[in-house]
Amino acid sequence: MNIVSLVLQAGLRDLARNRWVAAYALGFLVITEGLFWFGGTGPQVALSLLNVVLIVVPLVALVFGTIHVYASREFVELLLAQPVPRGQLFIGQFLGLALPLSGAFAVGAGIPFAWHAGAGPGGGALLALLVAGVALSVSFAAIATWIALRTDDRLKGVGLALAVWLATTVVYDGFVLGAAAAFGDYPLERPLLALMAGNPVDLARVLVLTQLDVSALMGYTGALFERTFGTGIGTGVAVATLALWCAAPLALAARRFQRRDF
Amino acid sequence: MITATSIRKRFGTLDVLHDVSLDVRSGAVTALVGPNGSGKTTLIKIVLGLARADAGAFSVNGAVADAAGRYRRHIGYMPQAARFPENLRVRDVLDLVRALRPGEPRDEELVTAFSLAAEMDKLVGTLSGGTRQKVNAAVAFLFRPSLLILDEPTAGLDPIAAGILKDKIRQVRAEGRSVLITSHILTELEELADDVAFLCDGHLRFAGTVAALLERTRERRLEAAIAALMRSERSRAAAMPSPEPPAWLPAEVERS
Repeated sequence: MNIVSLVLQAGLRDLARNRWVAAYALGFLVITEGLFWFGGTGPQVALSLLNVVLIVVPLVALVFGTIHVYASREFVELLLAQPVPRGQLFIGQFLGLALPLSGAFAVGAGIPFAWHAGAGPGGGALLALLVAGVALSVSFAAIATWIALRTDDRLKGVGLALAVWLATTVVYDGFVLGAAAAFGDYPLERPLLALMAGNPVDLARVLVLTQLDVSALMGYTGALFERTFGTGIGTGVAVATLALWCAAPLALAARRFQRRDF
Repeated sequence: MITATSIRKRFGTLDVLHDVSLDVRSGAVTALVGPNGSGKTTLIKIVLGLARADAGAFSVNGAVADAAGRYRRHIGYMPQAARFPENLRVRDVLDLVRALRPGEPRDEELVTAFSLAAEMDKLVGTLSGGTRQKVNAAVAFLFRPSLLILDEPTAGLDPIAAGILKDKIRQVRAEGRSVLITSHILTELEELADDVAFLCDGHLRFAGTVAALLERTRERRLEAAIAALMRSERSRAAAMPSPEPPAWLPAEVERS
């Protein structure tokens, strides 16, 4: 068995027994089931759940991810002292964090949908929501890993992770809105599309909303996005850009892991 | 054995290791000693590949450091703190390390001697500090590498377990393998060490046999000899005029 899968298996065993990961999955299960319980249909539940996903998934991936990487440091040092290449160890460690987080979200949100909605009208929205949630989990887990590998001071690292969460979920939208208001006399379509691509949370929002055909809720950038690309191509562009948002921080974290002194 | 030549390491503006050259010979226990912050841990981390030297080279049993880390097949490492993932069972930890080093000859003696069979299905997070340290030692000695690097190995162990570990270290030496050990328990080093490497402020101030160190410091016990080295270095660092500068203290690296 190769080193990646060995380290990944150990990571999965560890986090499968982690009570916070279990609580995270259970939390999504309860919220999703609750939304169905109060009479929602598939698309309505997906829409309500979207707001929870956009806030909670980045927060958990950033804070839990940063703390987990710090807590694993001594174990990583022990593994690095074995005859294993750093690159493979990093991939195993990262997947051992990202897969349980993604899985906990997908199981927690997916089971009630599968139970209530099946392949009904909410199917496309559910799929988009699951893709968006998993992509956000992976992307923010990679950002958390990069932060923890760059910052030796644990308090600073967690603080930085919280700052990234605030910036992407709260501040960024205000910044975009402010820019749109301030430069309203200029053609802003392209700059605003570029700004949207600069935030994985915005991309995840648009990805799900384009499936729900609720343009009134998409906001300016979302509506612009759909008008520019159309639903089909727009979905593809959003997924591809989200994939880039997973790959780029992961590449930065991998580079840092390869070069840093432990 | 380790052959290290002119190892240099700097963190920011701080020079941690200055041209350290050291041979750790086969069939001997070498004590790496020095005050806190003297560069011991950095030197160990460089040999393990956890940190990279800014200059210099080293080999372990003739194998030079490679990107894939294959040379670490020659090394067993026991860190000071055993921080395994809390939700792994003891069995998971041992199985992982066994699987990471396939085909290497095994040595399960410490697993048996520490009676770890009874702990195998327990989660690491539920173990006492002493039992974690036993697992830590068992992991380090799980194979038969030519070099064992032990960082404060008996810290947290009860006297019986510490005795078992010391016997194991002597056995490794008798088999002609090398042990590099750091410890602040000087009586323990006195029991085990054949050679001493003394680091201070990143300079290797002494490297040689215990007998040579005793002779130079005119002391009868290793503990007193190392304490004398530390005191002299402290005086030197504080730039206080030493009443009688010891004749045995070399200005630069001294080999015996």
